[in-house]
Amino acid sequence: MIRFDYLKPSTLEEALSLLYEHGEGAMLIAGGTDVMVEIKQRKIAPKALISLRGVKELEYIEPHNGGVRIGSMTTHRTLESSSLIKEKFPALADAVQNLGSVQIRNVATIGGNICNAAPSADTAPPLLVLGAEVRIRGPRGERVIPLEEFFVGPGQTVLNRGEILVEFIIPPAPAYTGSAYWKHTRRQAMDLPILGVALSLSLNKGEASNLRKLLAESATMEEILFSLEESGLVCQQARIALGVAAPTPMRAKKAEGVLKGAKLTGRKLDEAGRVASQEAQPRDTLRGAAWYRREMIQVLSKRLAIKCLERIFLGEKR
Amino acid sequence: MKRTISFVLNGEKVEVEVEPHWSLLYLLRERFDLTGAKEGCGMGECGACTVIVDGKTVNSCIFPAMEVDGGEVLTIEGLTEMAEGGLHPIQRAFIEHGAIQCGFCTPGMVLSAKALLDENPHPTEEDIRKGIEGNICRCTGYLQIIRAIKAAAEGGKDGRAD
Repeated sequence: MIRFDYLKPSTLEEALSLLYEHGEGAMLIAGGTDVMVEIKQRKIAPKALISLRGVKELEYIEPHNGGVRIGSMTTHRTLESSSLIKEKFPALADAVQNLGSVQIRNVATIGGNICNAAPSADTAPPLLVLGAEVRIRGPRGERVIPLEEFFVGPGQTVLNRGEILVEFIIPPAPAYTGSAYWKHTRRQAMDLPILGVALSLSLNKGEASNLRKLLAESATMEEILFSLEESGLVCQQARIALGVAAPTPMRAKKAEGVLKGAKLTGRKLDEAGRVASQEAQPRDTLRGAAWYRREMIQVLSKRLAIKCLERIFLGEKR
Repeated sequence: MKRTISFVLNGEKVEVEVEPHWSLLYLLRERFDLTGAKEGCGMGECGACTVIVDGKTVNSCIFPAMEVDGGEVLTIEGLTEMAEGGLHPIQRAFIEHGAIQCGFCTPGMVLSAKALLDENPHPTEEDIRKGIEGNICRCTGYLQIIRAIKAAAEGGKDGRAD
C-alpha cells in the first residue's frame, strides 16, 4: 500500500489553508471512488489526502430563483432522491441514478465527478445542457465560470493549485423545457459510458400546447416523428452535450444552431445529429470504435429529442 | 504517523490506532478479525467488501478507514449478532432459497439487501435488481438471490420466508 497522511478539515476555510500549507504533495479527496482506486492502481501517489467529507457546508441542494444551487460535496445518492432535481432538471437525474452502483453513489460526489474530469464523467453532459456554472474558492478569493470553460483535457481542469470547486449553479430552465441524458453502455450497472448524450429543448407556450395533442394521439417514436412532420413544432432553444466524444465533455454548438428557431421535424433532428457527430472528435478505444460513437451520436440525439418533448408534455400535465 | 480513531462497530464503541492510508476493509479484517467482508476486486467494482457506514452501504476496500471516526459501522458479523435466534431474516431467506453457492459475495449481498429493505420495505423486482447492482455473484446465482430478498421483504419482521 502507498502511504499517505489523511487530513480531515471540518470547514471550507480550514480545507483551503491545509491545501495551501501542504502544497503540491497534497490532494483533495471527496467520495474517494476515483482517488482511492487511482492510488491502488499506482497512477497517483499523494503525500497527503485532504478529505472534504467533513466539510458539511458543501453538502446541499438549494432552490435558487427558480434554478438550483448544488454543493460540490453532494452525493449522487442524495441527488438521485431529490424530487426537485427529478422534476426540474431531469437530465441530471438521469445521470446520477445510473452511475456506478448504490455503494458508489452513496459516497461519490458531483464535485468529485466533475473535478476528476474524465471524458466519460456522467454528470458533465447534463450540467452542460442545463447551463451550469461553477463557483471556485481559492486562496485569493472566489470566481464563477461556466462549466464549459472548466475542462481543459482528460483529467485536467482550470483549477489552480489551492483552489476548491465549491458549488454548481444551475439557472432556471425556460418554461416548456425538457431535458434528458442517455448513458450508452454495454451493461446496466457498474459501467462507464461508451457514449453519453444530453439534450435540452425549449418550446414556446403555443407550441407546447400543440405538443399535448401530438403526444396524446401518438405512441411510438415513428408515430411521433410522423406527426411532427405535419405540426412542425418550433424549437426556441436547444442544447446538446456529449461525453466520451472528445478529450473533454463538450457542447455540440453547431448542432444546437441547426435546431434553434427551426421546425422540429424528423429530418431536422437527423441533421442536428449528423452535425453533432461531425463536431465530435471520438477516438477508437476498448469501449467502442470512433465510427460507432459517431453513428450513435446521431441515433441518440434524435431519440433524446423525442424524450425531451415527452418530458415537456409530462411537465405540462403536472 | 498512527492516528487514534473511535467509532461504533457492530453496536459496540471501539477505539483503535490506524495508519492514515488504511482502507476500512483492511482495518476490519486485520485489526478486528472481521473477515466477513471480502476483498474481491479491490477497486470498488464487485461489492464483496460491502459494509454499512452510517446506514449506507459502501465499498470498504476503497473507503478510507479514517472516515469512520465518530461514525457507525455494521458488518455481516454484527447483523448476525444482533439478530434474534442467530440469523437475520434476510440470511434465513438466503438459506431457504438456495441463494448461496460459494458464499464469497453473500456478506455483501445480504448487507445490500438490508440497506435496500431498510429504505424500501416493499421493493419491486426491479428495485431489488437495482439495489444489488453493485454486488457481483461469481456463481451467477442472481435469480435465487432476488427471490430470497423478495421473500425476506414479504416475510416482514418475523422473517418467515414463505
